[in-house]
Amino acid sequence: MILETKNINKYFRKPVKFHALKDINISIEKGEFVSVMGKSGCGKSTLLYILSTMDTDYDGELFLDNQLITDKTNEELAKLRNELIGFVFQFHYLLPEFTVLDNVMLPAEKLGKKSKEEIRIDGMEKLRLLGIENQAHKKANLLSGGQKQRVSIARALINNPKIIMGDEPTGNLDSKNADNVFDIFKELNTSQDLSLLIVTHDSDFAEKTDRTITMEDGRILS
Amino acid sequence: MKIDFLFTFRISRIHLTSRLKQTIVAALGVTFGIGTYIILMSFMTGLNGILDDLILNRTPHVHLFNETKQSQYQPIVLHKDFQYKINFVSSVKPSDAPIKIKNAIPMIQMLEQDDNVKAVTPQYTAKVFYLAGSTQLNGLIKGVDINKEVKHYNLNSYISQGDYRDLKPGTNTIILGKGIAKKLSLELYDKITVNAGNNNIALKIVGFYESGMSDVDNVQSYASIETAQRIGGVTNNYITDINIKLYKKELAPYMADRLEKQFSISAVDINEANAQFDTGTGIRNLISYAVSITLLIVAGFGIYNILNMFIYEKMDDIAILKATGFSGKDVQRIFILQAMLIGLVGGILGLILGYGVSYLISISPFETEAMPNLKTFPVNFNPMFYVGGMAFALVSTFFAGYLPARKAKNIDPVEIIRGK
Repeated sequence: MILETKNINKYFRKPVKFHALKDINISIEKGEFVSVMGKSGCGKSTLLYILSTMDTDYDGELFLDNQLITDKTNEELAKLRNELIGFVFQFHYLLPEFTVLDNVMLPAEKLGKKSKEEIRIDGMEKLRLLGIENQAHKKANLLSGGQKQRVSIARALINNPKIIMGDEPTGNLDSKNADNVFDIFKELNTSQDLSLLIVTHDSDFAEKTDRTITMEDGRILS
Repeated sequence: MKIDFLFTFRISRIHLTSRLKQTIVAALGVTFGIGTYIILMSFMTGLNGILDDLILNRTPHVHLFNETKQSQYQPIVLHKDFQYKINFVSSVKPSDAPIKIKNAIPMIQMLEQDDNVKAVTPQYTAKVFYLAGSTQLNGLIKGVDINKEVKHYNLNSYISQGDYRDLKPGTNTIILGKGIAKKLSLELYDKITVNAGNNNIALKIVGFYESGMSDVDNVQSYASIETAQRIGGVTNNYITDINIKLYKKELAPYMADRLEKQFSISAVDINEANAQFDTGTGIRNLISYAVSITLLIVAGFGIYNILNMFIYEKMDDIAILKATGFSGKDVQRIFILQAMLIGLVGGILGLILGYGVSYLISISPFETEAMPNLKTFPVNFNPMFYVGGMAFALVSTFFAGYLPARKAKNIDPVEIIRGK
């Protein structure tokens, strides 16, 4: 079991008290490709940020890689995030003044388990995997949207995480690039047995995944 | 987990160089603050040092002499008929005691044994007339041990012409006040006749004394103590003043008090003699510190502002760093390091600026009647100012960076990522 939640509830207190997530119980197996669908405001992103450990303000229990991580300190969570989770956002979120390769290398340098040279080789390998190794030494802000998203996938992969989480990673891409990103995810899922949890609006995208979790009004429908 | 310093450094460096203009503006604030601090302190303390030399080094720590004053007891006090009466004596005149210090020679020997005493220099001051034809000028000749005066009171720096070593005991030589020489149009190695009472003595001028205070230079000359005593027609144990230099200036009031009681003599210590001078030095130092610290604080606010702006611009970066596994503390460290890099670069430039301008000041010509041996502005190149300046640059930028960095630490990445 890569990810499991037990009775997660989330309240927003401002501007008025609002019950955003209601008794969420989900689990994701190793090698599963799961998508989360739902209307805007149904709580799917809120859920994703709790699962990603960035949001710690919730009730219930969260297990990551069979380990209870609720109530861990921010420092410990940052470390877990660094090691276990790869993140891909809707907006590409690269550090604009850094080169593509630097962007990919950052999480591994933070992890500090390998020498800089090894990390550089790893980074180039991930870029090659995504077909953008020829852009490695460009500044990140000079790339096109599709290329940037591939860089952020390479960055998500650099520490060989247990799970990739994505918040509408194709939401800001044209259909060709969106298909491309899906193919990359699928390839990683099959070849490396990587688990994926992707929040999406795109029903075509969702249909192609192993399992789709549908949400409405803070509850899981199916 | 702690992140590698070099790694933090690299991120900070890339952030700073990508906003080069703002970084330079922030660093220049520090540069001017530190530079001004160095210039002010070097110049001010240089000037204070010269003034110290001018006044304090010439002043003995304790000066012993007989003051002309009324007798403490009138004869009537001793008469037993008037013992329990209240006596009024009007028109009391000062006592007729000579200004000679009693038992001066044993006193000097005793003082020289004292562990606190660095040097004891006896003086005899003769009141004379300087004669040139029919012209007579009032004046003083100080009989001194010239070697001791040079060694302990820097007399040498006030001898503008001639060599003090020519003033040997037993020769008729004099170091003449510059003002007197001007009035009587005398040159070096000319002869001058002085008169004290009845006898005229001709003296060879071996040097000119120029203190920078014209009231002194118009009156005062130096001769060896024996020569002065001969001019005054007194015996060679006739001493009018004893100057004492101590190892610790702070002991002067205590010593003065003690000696006054022990020898029933007047003793003036250096603090008493130069109280207003010390106050002046203190206030000048205070002003220099106040101005420099104000400048540095202003520079600090500049850095605070610019870093705050940086952090607003870098919200996305902060969110990404946090999402990919950097902790709040890591982010805080990155921004504090940025502030301190600005402080470091600005500080180093400030030291260079400070040194450069101080150097330019120190070679600028500055001549004044008051300080004849001064040719350029006095500047104190004390390395402690540079160490202090750098330390202040780093400390102030640390604090200026601390608050914005703490803000960055507490930024919630979810809000930024979802806020789009």
